[in-house]
Amino acid sequence: MAITIKFFASLREQVGKSEVQIELSDSLTVGEVWAQVCDNSPLPIHILMAVNKEYSKQDTRVQDGDEVAFFPPVTGG
Amino acid sequence: MKVEIISKIFNPWEELQAYEKTLIAQGKYGAVATFVGTMRDYNEGDIVQAMFLEHYPGMTEKYLQTLSETALQRWDILDTLIIHRIGEIKPGETIVLVAAWAGHRAPAFESCRFLIDELKSRAPFWKQETLSEGVRWLDQCH
Repeated sequence: MAITIKFFASLREQVGKSEVQIELSDSLTVGEVWAQVCDNSPLPIHILMAVNKEYSKQDTRVQDGDEVAFFPPVTGG
Repeated sequence: MKVEIISKIFNPWEELQAYEKTLIAQGKYGAVATFVGTMRDYNEGDIVQAMFLEHYPGMTEKYLQTLSETALQRWDILDTLIIHRIGEIKPGETIVLVAAWAGHRAPAFESCRFLIDELKSRAPFWKQETLSEGVRWLDQCH
């Protein structure tokens, strides 16, 4: 299965990429997706996560075709 | 109900008036509560020259739509409006406009407060400030 992963703001600069596509043989959680694309580095403490443009948790399971996003605490308004 | 992400400078009072004229039934509301957020030229002891506001296209709009729907269900209000800037912003320019129309002031104030507080704590926007010595993101993962 294929999923798209996006990074935003300071996290995009830290990770060094804005978007990647990966092929998976098993269903992973959002936390496992992070480990896979970020060389098993630990998930940053205040990181926020989304699946298909809705907030998710680290243990949310990812399905084929999903868009997963990682971003820092928000600072709008 | 309207949610708009805008990349150009906007006048919040003109937007408010325009929305009110076209979409709200005159005579039906007795109160409109508004919040306007403006860019300061200082932050955390530094002079800020400009700001860049990034968002998550698709998710930010969706989040603000859901937030507006929640406010409309939770309070006895008639309508809501949210306009938020993205891109390059200069001091003195409007960053955000939030407004809520209601029959009475209490639900108008309360829902307007709810909308701006939730927007600030959960809507996917990120500010990067330009200082004389370079740029800095306002919040980072630790």
